This record gives sequence, structure tokens and C-alpha cells, in this order.
Amino acid sequence: MDGAVLRAQGLAKEFRGFRAVDGVDLAVAEGSVHALVGPNGAGKTTLFNLLTGFLKPSAGSIRLGEHDLTGRRPEHVARLGVARSFQITSLFPQMTPREHVELALASPTGLTWRFWRSHRTLDRHAARAMELLDQVGLAAHAAIPAGTLAYGHKRALELALALALDPRVLLLDEPTAGMGVEDVERTVELVRKVRAGRTVVMVEHNMTVVASLADRVTVLQSGRVLAEGPYAEIRHDPRVISAYLGDADAVH
Amino acid sequence: MILSRLAARPILLVAGLFLALVLPWMIYPPVAMDIACWALFACALDLLLGFTGLLSFGHAAFWGGGAYVAGLVAVHSGLPFPVAVLAGAAFAAVLAVPIGYLSVRLRGIYFAMVTLAFAQMVYFLVNQWRDLTGGENGLQGVPRELFGLDLSDSFVYYYVALPLVLAGFVAVWRIVRSPFGRVLMSIRDNTARAQALGYPVDRYKLLAFVLSACLSGLAGGLFAIGHGFASLESVYWTTSGQAVMMVVLGGIGTLWGGVLGAALVVELNDYLVTAGFEGIGIVTGTIFVLIVLVFRRGIWGTARHLLETRSGGRGASPGDRPPGGAPDGSPAPTEGVGSPV
Ligand SMILES: Nc1ncnc2c1ncn2[C@@H]1O[C@H](COP(=O)(O)OP(=O)(O)O)[C@@H](O)[C@H]1O
Ligand SMILES: [Mg+2]
Repeated sequence: MDGAVLRAQGLAKEFRGFRAVDGVDLAVAEGSVHALVGPNGAGKTTLFNLLTGFLKPSAGSIRLGEHDLTGRRPEHVARLGVARSFQITSLFPQMTPREHVELALASPTGLTWRFWRSHRTLDRHAARAMELLDQVGLAAHAAIPAGTLAYGHKRALELALALALDPRVLLLDEPTAGMGVEDVERTVELVRKVRAGRTVVMVEHNMTVVASLADRVTVLQSGRVLAEGPYAEIRHDPRVISAYLGDADAVH
Repeated sequence: MILSRLAARPILLVAGLFLALVLPWMIYPPVAMDIACWALFACALDLLLGFTGLLSFGHAAFWGGGAYVAGLVAVHSGLPFPVAVLAGAAFAAVLAVPIGYLSVRLRGIYFAMVTLAFAQMVYFLVNQWRDLTGGENGLQGVPRELFGLDLSDSFVYYYVALPLVLAGFVAVWRIVRSPFGRVLMSIRDNTARAQALGYPVDRYKLLAFVLSACLSGLAGGLFAIGHGFASLESVYWTTSGQAVMMVVLGGIGTLWGGVLGAALVVELNDYLVTAGFEGIGIVTGTIFVLIVLVFRRGIWGTARHLLETRSGGRGASPGDRPPGGAPDGSPAPTEGVGSPV
């Protein structure tokens, strides 16, 4: 597929003989929303960890546009424009949401090398940080330690952090997991808003969300690609229905 | 600016400064100087242990390296002692670059073991290179030169050296409360998240390591000049262990705790030595174990925790409290981040 911004070829990850990701080819079109679905244990999170450099592939390659991402460190991948959220919320419990986002905004600036300056110099990102927090609906909770936030708010902060990096490709690992209906709707709206000018890859179990957002869907099972195509096609694929969609519909 | 910042916790700062100024009137001046040097050493180590989440067991290389280089410069050049001390600090920083480069990527106990191994190599070299270092006898006859002033009185030396010690404390305090310090604490609390935000964590840890080593070298240099010699013991692993003990005793990640721990350990050692007591290690070791068992956060950390929970308030800045649990604050190793679900 031409116009792919993110492309994995023959990607594999082996954990002590167990192949969690087993020869995955993935091409994500520039500007698209690409959903990754599949039962628990299918290897979706492992695939994200490979794409973002948190795991080194046992085989295969990853390209972002003209860059070769294979074997790069996570911070390098982030700098090149691939930001991620974590399935298991991953924050700094003692920092406030505003401090989180300020830190994310400061990361490309070099300001954070200045050990002789006051940490208040990070305040220069406060306005933009509040904007982003407002966008994800966290403005009212900007000043309390992240460890004390409600679950839904922690998820929102995950999203704000990824957005703060203004990435070319945004990888979201189950952004709506465990959310109530209202929060799910807000997240869908938000993804719709922020997809402009970028590419989104999301792991998502909620088929309503997939149907309303995704341009294409890749179905993963046991570390392999079971099917790939537009949602309208995928949902009728008998293999997919028996492997996954059938019981996902039953769940949701 | 600076004044308003100081006003944030004025009582502690004023009390600390007052104590630093009157200390040689209260106790034997050479002991006061020892406390000041060890306190700076402990704070420099806390920068790594408490704020970056790295337990170095090799800081004797930097304290001792600073001591020897300061001593050598003073002996051979006759330059004023602050120049010699700064040369020692610079040497410690330079020495920390290769050691840090090879060790900061390791986690937890591996980092501790590798820093220990490097420090023992430094000890070996110092011991072998007798012509320069005096081997087991240490480097003797280090002068205290400052524009012809008579500094032979320890009481006078304390006050002349105090500004350098205080400058070291200010440096640690500044680093902890800088944008850089904020990144260190984020690495300590959640390495994977810091990486996902685009921070090259190993390079940040390396700079933290070098800064910590530099300030340890400053402390070691002042110590050597104060004693008039650099001892082989200063580069031995027990020195690293003693500094770690001071930080843990006082409270990891509190800065003040390092000062308190240093004062207690130095005082106790001095008391036992003057009492002609033999097994000093047994006594300090036992007290250490007891205190750590009873006060998990160290003395300062426990006191502050009690005050905070009593008043129910959240303290000051985010890094102001100790990291929960393990000294290696990174919760998730790079392999397997994001969890298997
Ligand atoms: N670090 C790891 N070590 C060993 N096995 C792992 C590791 N990470 C994931 N796995 C295994 O790989 C498989 C895929 O996991 P994961 O990628 O989290 O699935 P998904 O996100 O699709 O639910 C699971 O069987 C999981 O147990
Ligand atoms: Mg997963």
C-alpha cells in the first residue's frame, strides 16, 4: 500500500520460545484511523511496544515515512513523531496533570537540561498545557496529584500527554477501556477532533467506537494478522466473527 | 526572586544556617568540619539515590578522588586551597563520565555492583601508584594555603571552608528544583513514561551522576585539606557504604536527612573513638539496622511524614517526598512494558 506512514514488515517478538507477535505486516495509511482488534492475548500491546521501541523485535522491520525505526530506543521513536498512550495507566503519581503536560511539552525544547534554572521556568508551557487539559476535560483537575485522579481522568491525562507531543502518528492502547458511556463518547469526539493532520492507530474492543472512527481495521489473533480491511468488510468475515467479533459483541 | 523562595521554608533554612555557623563553638572544630564535609557528600549522593532512583555503591571513588587530587594540587602547586579543592571536584566529574556512561543503563542492584567494582578499581590504582599517592600511608603533608593566612587552627579553617560547603548545598538544592531535576524525578517514578515523552533517560542519569560525583569530590577535597592528608580509606568501599548509610538513616530523597544522618554518624564515630571503643562498625551497624527497621523513611523522612499526615496538607513540590519502596525507582523494566493482559 502506498502512502503508508507507518509500516511493519514480518514483525515478530518471541518471549522465551513463545511468539507473542508472529510475522505481522502492517501498513497504516497517512491520515487514517486504523483500528487494531483481537481477543486478549492476541499480541496487540506487544505490537505497540515493538512499534514504539519499548521492545526490540526478534525479527522484522518498522518504518516511519523515510525513517527506519527498527531497534530504536523509545525516546528516539517519540522524537521522530510516534506518541503512545499506555493500556495500563502510566503516570507520575505525585505530579499534577498540569506538571505532566508541561513536562511533555518541554521534552523537545532542551529546557530540561538546565539544572541551574528554577523549575518554575517550566511555567512557560502552562498556557498550552491548560489548553490541552481543557481539550480532554481535565482543566478542573489540573492542580491535584495525578495519583488521586479518578480512573477516567487518568485515562484522559494519558491522552493529553500523547497529544502534547504533537505526534505524526498517535498510538492509543485501549483509550476507552473501563470508561462509562459518557467518557467513551467524549473520547470518540476527541479522537475525531485530533485526527486532523495526523494518523491514529488504536487498540479498541468497543465495536461501536471502531465502527464510528476507523477507516481500516486489522484483526490480530495469536500474534498473527487474521484479516485486514475496512470495518464494513471485516465485520462480515466469517473467520473474524468466529474468532472475535462474535464474543466481543456479546461482551459489549 | 531568591529571597521569596527562601522565605518559603525560612525557619528550617535559618535554623540550619545558624547551626552551621555555631557548630565549631558547640563541638570540637575538626569534628564540625567532618560533619560539614560528610553532610555535603550525603546530599550529593541523595541527588542520585533519592531523586534519580540510582543506588551508587561507588561514590568513594569521587570523594576519595577529589581528596587525592585536591591534596596533590595543594602539595605540588602551592595554590590557594579553594583552587585545589575545585580541581578535585573537577577531577571527580571527569572520572564520573566513563564510569557513569558504562553503568547508568543498568538497573537496581546491577548498577550498585558495577559502580562498586569501578570504585574498587580506583582504590587498587591509588594503592599501587605509591610514588604519587603514598600508597597505604596516604598522601601526607597537605598544606592549607590561602594567600598567606594562617589556617592551621581548625576553628579558622572551618569558617574559611564553610562558604564552599554551603555553595555545594545550594547547588544540590538548585538541581533538585530545576527543570532538569523534574525530569530526574520523573525517571525515578516512571522510567517508561519519561521515555514515552521523548526523554533520553540514560543521558539524564549520566548528567545526574556526573553532578553528584562533582559535588562529592568537592566534599572530599575539603575533607582532605582539613585533615592535612588524603587517606587510602577515602577511596575504599567502606566510605561509599558510610555515605549510603547516612542518607538512608536520615531519609532518602529529603536532602536534610543526609545532613542529619551525617551529623549522627560522625558524632557517634567520634564518641566511640574517644571512648577508646573497639568494634565501632558493630555499634553503628546495629543502630543503622534498628533505625531503618523502625523508621522506614529514615529519621527526617519519618518526622516529615508525621507532620504532613497530621496537618493533612500536601507538602511543596512533587519530588519533595521520598520514592516509595525500592531505591531503584523504575517500576517497569524496558522488556515487557505495558503489561501482558
Ligand atoms: N514481557 C512479556 N513476557 C512474556 N510474555 C509476554 C510479555 N508481554 C506479553 N506477553 C504475552 O504475550 C501475549 C500477548 O500479550 P499482549 O500483547 O499484552 O496481548 P493483548 O494486548 O492483545 O491483549 C500474551 O500471551 C502475554 O502473556
Ligand atoms: Mg493489551
